[in-house]
Amino acid sequence: MTEIPEKTASLSGGPVLEPGHTYRSVTEKISSIALARRTPKEWWIGFGVSFLLMMLLLGAVGHLFMKGIGVWGLNIPVGWGFDITNFVWWVGIGHAGTLISAILLLLRQEWRTSINRFAEAMTLFAVACAGLFPLIHLGRPWVFYFLFPYPDTMRLWPQFRSPLVWDVFAVSTYATVSLLFWFVGLLPDLATLRDRAKRRPAKIVYGILAMGWRGSATHWHRYETAYLLLAGLATPLVVSVHTVVSFDFATSVIPGWHTTIFPPYFVAGAIYSGFAMVLTLSIPLRAFYGLEDFITMRHLENMAKVLIATGLIVAYGYAAELFMAWYGGNPYEQFLVKNRAFGPYWPAYWSLILCNIVAGQLLWFKRIRTRPWVLWGIAIVINVGMWLERYVIIVVSLTRDFMPSIWRSFHGSRWDWATFVGSIGLFLSLLFLFIRFLPVISIAEMRSLVDETEGREE
Amino acid sequence: MQIFHRSTNFLAKLSIFGSLFIAAGLAGAAWEIYQSPWTTQVNVPKEQPVPFSHEHHVRGLGLDCRYCHTSVETSAFAGIPPVKTCMTCHSQIWTNAEMLEPVRASYRNGRSIEWTRVHDLPQFVYFNHSIHVNKGIGCASCHGRVDEMPITWQVNSLYMRWCLSCHRDPKPFLRPRDQIFNMSYAPPADQAALGERLAKEYHLLNTAQMTDCVTCHR
Amino acid sequence: MSERAPLDLDAIRARLADADGPAYWRGLEELSATDEFRDFLAHEFPENADQWGGDGVNRRRFLQLMSASFALAGLSACTRQPEEKIVPYIDQPEELVPGKPLFFATALSWRGYAVPVLVESHMGRPTKIEGNPQHPAFPAGGTDAFTQASILNLYDPARAQVVSHAGTIASWESLISALAPVLQAQAASGGAGFRILSGATTSPTLAAQMKDLLARFPQARWDRWDAIPRDAVRAGAQAAFGAPVAARYRFDRADAILSLDGDFLAGNPASVRYAADFASGRRIRRDRVKLSRMYAAESSPSLEGAVADHRIALRPGGVGDLARAVASAVGVASGSNAPLSAAAARFAAAAAKDLGAHRGASLVVAGEGQPPEVHALAHRMNHALGNVGATVELTDSVEVDPVPSLDSLRRLVEEMQAGSVELLVVVGGNPVFDAPADLDFRKALAKVRESVRLGFWEDETSEWCRWNVPMTHALETWSDLRAFDGTVTIAQPLIAPLYQGKSVHELVAVLAGSPDRTSHDLVKDYWRSQRPGLDFDAFWKRSIHDGFVAESGLPARNLAPSAAAANAVAAPSAPGGLDLVFRPDPTLWDGEWANNGWMQELPKPLTRLTWDNAALLSPATAARLGLASEDVVALSAGGRSVKAPVLVVPGHPDDVVTAHLGYGRRRVGAVGRGTGFDAYHLRVSAALSGASGATIAKTGAAWPLASTQLHQTMDGRSLVRAASLAKFRENPAFAREAGEDPAKDETLYKPAPLPLPASDPAWGMAIDLNTCIGCAACVVACQAENNSPVVGKEQVIRGREMHWLRIDRYYQGGLENPKTYFEPVLCMHCENAPCEVVCPVGATVHSPEGLNEMIYNRCVGTRYCSNNCPYKVRRFNFLQFADATTPSLKLMRNPNVTVRSRGVMEKCTYCVQRISSVRIESEKRGSPIRDGEIKTACQQACPAGAIVFGNIHDRESAVAAMKAEPLNYGLLTELNTRPRTTYLAKVWNPNPEIGGEA
Repeated sequence: MTEIPEKTASLSGGPVLEPGHTYRSVTEKISSIALARRTPKEWWIGFGVSFLLMMLLLGAVGHLFMKGIGVWGLNIPVGWGFDITNFVWWVGIGHAGTLISAILLLLRQEWRTSINRFAEAMTLFAVACAGLFPLIHLGRPWVFYFLFPYPDTMRLWPQFRSPLVWDVFAVSTYATVSLLFWFVGLLPDLATLRDRAKRRPAKIVYGILAMGWRGSATHWHRYETAYLLLAGLATPLVVSVHTVVSFDFATSVIPGWHTTIFPPYFVAGAIYSGFAMVLTLSIPLRAFYGLEDFITMRHLENMAKVLIATGLIVAYGYAAELFMAWYGGNPYEQFLVKNRAFGPYWPAYWSLILCNIVAGQLLWFKRIRTRPWVLWGIAIVINVGMWLERYVIIVVSLTRDFMPSIWRSFHGSRWDWATFVGSIGLFLSLLFLFIRFLPVISIAEMRSLVDETEGREE
Repeated sequence: MQIFHRSTNFLAKLSIFGSLFIAAGLAGAAWEIYQSPWTTQVNVPKEQPVPFSHEHHVRGLGLDCRYCHTSVETSAFAGIPPVKTCMTCHSQIWTNAEMLEPVRASYRNGRSIEWTRVHDLPQFVYFNHSIHVNKGIGCASCHGRVDEMPITWQVNSLYMRWCLSCHRDPKPFLRPRDQIFNMSYAPPADQAALGERLAKEYHLLNTAQMTDCVTCHR
Repeated sequence: MSERAPLDLDAIRARLADADGPAYWRGLEELSATDEFRDFLAHEFPENADQWGGDGVNRRRFLQLMSASFALAGLSACTRQPEEKIVPYIDQPEELVPGKPLFFATALSWRGYAVPVLVESHMGRPTKIEGNPQHPAFPAGGTDAFTQASILNLYDPARAQVVSHAGTIASWESLISALAPVLQAQAASGGAGFRILSGATTSPTLAAQMKDLLARFPQARWDRWDAIPRDAVRAGAQAAFGAPVAARYRFDRADAILSLDGDFLAGNPASVRYAADFASGRRIRRDRVKLSRMYAAESSPSLEGAVADHRIALRPGGVGDLARAVASAVGVASGSNAPLSAAAARFAAAAAKDLGAHRGASLVVAGEGQPPEVHALAHRMNHALGNVGATVELTDSVEVDPVPSLDSLRRLVEEMQAGSVELLVVVGGNPVFDAPADLDFRKALAKVRESVRLGFWEDETSEWCRWNVPMTHALETWSDLRAFDGTVTIAQPLIAPLYQGKSVHELVAVLAGSPDRTSHDLVKDYWRSQRPGLDFDAFWKRSIHDGFVAESGLPARNLAPSAAAANAVAAPSAPGGLDLVFRPDPTLWDGEWANNGWMQELPKPLTRLTWDNAALLSPATAARLGLASEDVVALSAGGRSVKAPVLVVPGHPDDVVTAHLGYGRRRVGAVGRGTGFDAYHLRVSAALSGASGATIAKTGAAWPLASTQLHQTMDGRSLVRAASLAKFRENPAFAREAGEDPAKDETLYKPAPLPLPASDPAWGMAIDLNTCIGCAACVVACQAENNSPVVGKEQVIRGREMHWLRIDRYYQGGLENPKTYFEPVLCMHCENAPCEVVCPVGATVHSPEGLNEMIYNRCVGTRYCSNNCPYKVRRFNFLQFADATTPSLKLMRNPNVTVRSRGVMEKCTYCVQRISSVRIESEKRGSPIRDGEIKTACQQACPAGAIVFGNIHDRESAVAAMKAEPLNYGLLTELNTRPRTTYLAKVWNPNPEIGGEA
């Protein structure tokens, strides 16, 4: 195999596109997934399962709307449980996409190209799931619009000091920008699909979506500019969204929430879980559709390295909490730390340490980084860990705050679980549809890598 | 090979702008519906079991509001006259007017007349008539020229925005105490000055207190 | 279900085992699916049964929820309002001003004694009950929890509603005609087979009626039975004075108090007065640094023990032994003394010395659970200590010819068994349920030819009586009763009987052969006969208006107890066996309140338990028996046994089991069904107040108990601050110094629009922990005033009770005999309220007068405010808790408070509806609001005057004065919340000779 031109010698060695590929082969390979006449049986199974889970979500939410928040395990003092935990978890996952597409793009990290597309898609779907929870967690969801600043007959506005209002703006902005970013990125490929599609309906649908893309120099020029601008626009959002989400807790007075380290710590955690999720999805994907050539070991390794980095930041966050509790000398904080580690919820705490810190350290070993399925396992463990982290922060802090007389514990009811699992179903369903009908990897950008493999055809 | 005709480009552009206009239009429509009599019931005469005419009784006969709405000065509720009040006169005059049969019937069999509410605030609003009339707000300020209504209707939306418009600055509406029940009262030219004076005289609560949520909602 | 069978938990668990879904159920009735339909009709709180999804949605519940959500949709501006009708009077009553409440003075009955009250009535609907401060016996006003909850009984859809005969609906007239021949026959025999059974009463009219009746039927007899009899009290007085003298105590004059299983702070007809007097001795102020000292010896944890400076937990017999020791120490011959434990001896010596040191200002009080000789001993001690006439006032019996009710009942049952009773009239009570188990009243009842029952509920007794007549609520009828001091209240009705209710007067009139006389006539005629003269109408009007008959109290008599010292030593408790102690339930009393949702859900002051009673054990005993709370045990005594859940209670005497009576009802409305276990099953006539030699066997089953407080200690946090009197003298500001209080401007946000100019009010509250006795009257008062819903047992277990005001109970010190602290916690109305900044829609905001407001119709229910409330005083409507369907309950609601629907947050408002109505009045009359003109519901109900509300801008106001006290401190002020509700720290007055709390 040929040596790598040093312009792409980024994080590690190894090609970002296995040699021997031509424009045609790339285009063929990727577009065939979307354009294939018959859908593979495995897809149907996968989609079927996730669709059923999505129906479970529908049922759970229906039941919730019919009866009220009481169907969940919530109580006083624990006013937030699975609902906000899931929200934060999903938003976190929604970070990788934009990070990869935007920041890595600005950093000219070419290894991003083959994973950015579905990372972005994943982001959108994750944000969709996330957006669901702030809505359904309301006691009176039918007046959700009170949260938006609109002129009403009461001369009333939202209360802008409340972090929940900031959330509304942060998350919706993030969703919008990510959507635009993703769609703009799709344009050339949509055109490709339009041109390669055999059946007329497909031609028309892709055609409309392609918005008249003809690949002219002007198009390309405008496209590049727009894409870059959007990237610039998206970059601060990656940081802002989870920062704002963390304010929900940081601005409160509750021990375990009231912490200045939350913004950076949440963002890092978000990226951590985001990349974990990308790995969780990309490894089976590349295996099933035989995309090993496009999503190479190098991609997996790089992502693993990002995991190590962000994982360590998260670990630092945990350490900082312990330190501050001890150093700050606030009896409530100190009790909180004790309660997390040795209180009734100790299993949650220790397993999150296990999942997020200990498991992450395995990635130091190249032997592990280069074994996709081991990597996959670790990624899943990290996802679980990150969910537990939010659970511990939100629930355990609430169960025992200031007045022992009203201390109570929380346990998710069956409806809590149904909603959680259901949201995963929603996520996967959307993802399956995406895989089936849109190019999972950016064809256009992959083409731009072809030459580096010197497989260019004369 | 071409799927789309060139004209579709125009359609594409159009649809973008179009959607904007449609959105704006919907918002506008919603707003209109809020304001419309259909929601506010403003200027919609209400069907009543007996077509009672304030015009006749107030302007024509010169009855004072308090003759029927007895508790308006002392209670939150202005009071709907008991049938007996009607009968004080109608046992003497119009004793067999067809129109008044429901009244007599009610008095005979002791079953109340079911009037249709004209001014109906939501259950979560706690309005108190007595404090308003005691602090210089005339009946007509909210209920309009009832003395010109053959059948009663509502002249104001009773929306919170409307309440606030006065609670934020009551001065333009304040009257001398002796003019409260005067239907044809017209504010003097120097209402501004008068308002100032009366506001002091009545020592009204400050705006913060008057626009405080629990002033009306509990 | 009629058979007196113990609560069979095994069967239930078996049922649960095959029922799918987790084992949460609304109550036993859900498992034994009997007359579900009635349940639904009669629901106090909504069905939450299937929030766990397992069991199907029931249609009614569904509709209920939908209707509620539609109603709410209506609130959110986007729909137009449905048309409303408005219905005027035909002929409006003179005094009635539409939209304004009226207050009437009348009296409720408690154990036959008058509870003078003022009742608030909105457009003819009684909605709230308050104490009557005009009444000479209760100058401080205030009420207990039962009085507050009584309004719910009035509107309870499960009340007995129709006259019935042998289970079929009949009429009052048919009863009268049916009784005529029976009475004729009895008249012939002089009433030889005619018996009347009722509880003790103090009604002069009823007394006269009975006298007249018994004159017509000389052979007939009026028997008395109270499930919680005061026999020991009477017998004690009899023994001491040779007559059933009644004793009134003056705790306000007592500096040293010895309580022998005393129960004067709760349940006693004079409790409200005693609480006020006791409080006045505990109220410590800058200018009154003086405390009474209380010693409590008790065989079961009680309020008296909780507020005592020195408390000792003893076996029931031990209390008597201790009493004898004290007696001989103060120079009263007390017969043979049993040896005391070292602790008890030290306690007795110190107490005796203290009592002796305060001759004429000391007081010895024995509880109803103690045997007559202890009461006699107490009388003798008080006499020896020169307390009679000072702290003790002796009067003739207030009750109408008091008879020992156990003997009375026993004799009656014998006659019934013998079949010699042909006509039995049972007035009130519930003997089938609560008569001593060995008498088996029900079997005896079956042998009675004709039985007539006048009862407020459809209960176990009405089930076995042939004729059933619904009894009127006290607010539905005329009557008259004496308060504990003899002062008569002529009770007037506030509302016509909601159902076919009849009063006891009317029933007795029927028996006396004048069926057409109404309560009004009977009472009025009686008093006319008492007050001959022209001024009768004036007298009548005044008495009714004031709520009492002037100068009708009984004069104090000067009596000396006989020196006879017949003091049997208490039977030594069987070795190894446990002493079983029966006590009336703190919230259900004798079981009459079993269907009252407010009382069921009211946390019992000491155990904080709701919806159940339990076998209370001390930690040591529980450990010895290998038991933990919620274990179901077989509790046996005298060959009878019930299954009961265990609850471990710190400070409970060892080797003693406390069983609260009144639970385990089997014929009761849907609310009370399936709650608790029936302790009456164990109670035999030989041992009414307790039995020795009880045994406990673990069954292995478990029964979930719904406690509202799961953590009993303060965990080292200075929430309740306390010190001894000595320490307080050293440093009066100890409480304030125990916490930090940041400066006003230490906030990032610009301070709220506060303070207003001093001319405008700034509302605040101060709660005196020294006078609070934890009786929980305030909790029920708040619930009644603010339309707070009842949520049911498993919702309480879920942690969703809706009380705006909770009374935290903390223990401090060892498990054997900890100090007990009560701390009422309600919204602190923080000046920097953490809840306000986080609400995204501004549904909770700050008023310029310093109220932290909750605007229901703006609330979207994020629960963020509750999360961010350090005091956790906010309550959330997780489900449609407020009953939107039951018509009678709608009548009960306070029209000035929104009935909250599902999905909104709520909390204490400082009774803003009361503030606004007073403010409007003051604005109209053009003069500022006077101090004390606004009373919050909790403040008005508090018998001890521990809660004070008012304008802290007004230097002269009571609340400002309290906040200026050195003891004043705020909760969690270190968070810079600047709470408007503050507390006066607790000061104990321990006897240095015993030490203890320092």
